[in-house]
Amino acid sequence: MKGTLLRRRGVALLAGAVWIFFAAGPGGSDPVNAQAAAFTIQQIADGDYAHFGQVAMTTIDNAGDIANIGIVVGRDAVAIIDTGGSVAEGQALRAAIRTVTDKPVRYVINTHEHPDHIFGNAAFASPGVTFVGHRNLPASIRAHGPFYLHSFRDALGADAIARVRLIPPTLLVDTTMTLDLGERTLLLTAWHPAAHTDCDLTVLDEQTHMLFSGDLVFLDHIPVIDGSLKGWLDVLPSLAALPAQRVLPGHGRRVAPWPAAVDDERRYLLAVQADARGFIAAGTPLAQAVPRIAQSERGRWQLFDDYNPRNATAAFSELEWE
Amino acid sequence: MRTIQGDPPSNGSRPAGRRMFLGALAGALAVSPRLRAETPSAQDPWPALAPQIFPGQVLRDGSALLTIEAPYRAEDAAVVPIALRTTFPALDPRRARKITLVIDANPSPVAAVFTIEPESGIDHIATRVRVDDYTNVHAVAELTDGNLYAVTRYVKASGGCSAPALKQTADSIPLGTLRFREFQATEPGADPDRREAQVMVRHPNYSGMQMDQISRLYIPADFVEVLRIWQGDQLLLTVEGGISISENPAFRFSFKPNEAKTFRVEGGDSEGKRFSGSFPAQSAA
Repeated sequence: MKGTLLRRRGVALLAGAVWIFFAAGPGGSDPVNAQAAAFTIQQIADGDYAHFGQVAMTTIDNAGDIANIGIVVGRDAVAIIDTGGSVAEGQALRAAIRTVTDKPVRYVINTHEHPDHIFGNAAFASPGVTFVGHRNLPASIRAHGPFYLHSFRDALGADAIARVRLIPPTLLVDTTMTLDLGERTLLLTAWHPAAHTDCDLTVLDEQTHMLFSGDLVFLDHIPVIDGSLKGWLDVLPSLAALPAQRVLPGHGRRVAPWPAAVDDERRYLLAVQADARGFIAAGTPLAQAVPRIAQSERGRWQLFDDYNPRNATAAFSELEWE
Repeated sequence: MRTIQGDPPSNGSRPAGRRMFLGALAGALAVSPRLRAETPSAQDPWPALAPQIFPGQVLRDGSALLTIEAPYRAEDAAVVPIALRTTFPALDPRRARKITLVIDANPSPVAAVFTIEPESGIDHIATRVRVDDYTNVHAVAELTDGNLYAVTRYVKASGGCSAPALKQTADSIPLGTLRFREFQATEPGADPDRREAQVMVRHPNYSGMQMDQISRLYIPADFVEVLRIWQGDQLLLTVEGGISISENPAFRFSFKPNEAKTFRVEGGDSEGKRFSGSFPAQSAA
């Protein structure tokens, strides 16, 4: 079956689906609390698969399944790009991968430090699996990991948090690195300066020209600034110059043409920057400026009210020292 | 009239008890798990806190004289805007001479003490704070008649004290750099005789609860301890700060302009570093 699926991957849209019970609360077997969700991966290019996370905040019900995940199958081995927002999701991913290939997972690549991208790592920790990340990622995980475990306890539930293991990468990328899965090379790029975070990494499949951008690219889901607004805008031209044809964004349930996929995000970040600069120049206090920043973008993004005020606060704090 | 505290030393040095609250309590309560209720739980720290911070003093209801402006839900727990405003009836000659800002659930609850000079005209002070948990925020004003008036406001936020320092801290702006800006009072109904100014200090204001990303050790607390702001020779405001003040501390306040041609800011941090600057007054230009 697996071989059949692999040979037919050019036409198969739905490559793998695994029924997963995301257990909620201490009574994991309690049918009232157990949330059933089909964890699916889809083929997005020859040998490339994606799981599309929900465009949502982390909740007990979605078990942190809010970010996109990439899977690349080479001749010899498999690389996965991010592991989801809980160990339960990581295990669902692992099971879904087994429906499309029996080749071993050799690399787990984390695109940055955020919980929705790394909390599933424990599901893949085993001999023969190498965790890969930006050279800043180990320090970021150690510095912020305990904070994330604390601050996500309410959203994810104590039981799910108790299962999380913070696993930093051991193979570190300074600037660029190539990984070979057998007739399948991946170009990893570690971005500087700080942009979405201070440890952003992208993965380019050099055979299919599919870019796995992590959270350097948001589609439909409002971008989230946790590194530097100016840094992100500085990075965008080099990012857009990558020889990709399409991108799987970190958030947003679609694959999009490259580099047009960054247009919306750039427009949003420029709007935040222009508005924040304007209010700073006018002497508007932070508390009064924040609700008015980037309001021209309202309606163009999902989760706008969840993240725009925070982005505005971060941008104002950064730009008032220009 | 000053029957309770007596005359404080004019140089602004403070009692040892307050110093402890401002700085050294960092971490003592940091790891205690707290209930995450919609309102402060039965473990409301205020009944125990208030007598420690204001020993032997009566706290009256200040809601007619003093307001706290803060978001009910903080967007970023490490940068929560807080504004304090005093309003006195026309025939009430009293003024606030000191306002203590307390974030009840924070590891170091006393966030700042603002000492307001009587002729400064300051009736509004805004800053940004870290909020480590769902908490009440208290402001306690000591008036010129020696009486204390308290008000409170609830803020939903968590993790502000241990939230990592902003990424762009490792930059080229030296620690202790001061910025000063003056603003025309912009709010409708604002007193035309008052202006606003803002003092910003480039400083990480390490809380002692953030981890160094290279050494993996907790960074010792190092925070802006005191700022004094003069208009010419007239001292306007003294700010004694703690670890609950956000990175790159910013203080914005109203004042009555005099004829001075410069403002002067002097300050220091808990590691003994001093910083100062002089800035031309716009109103004299």
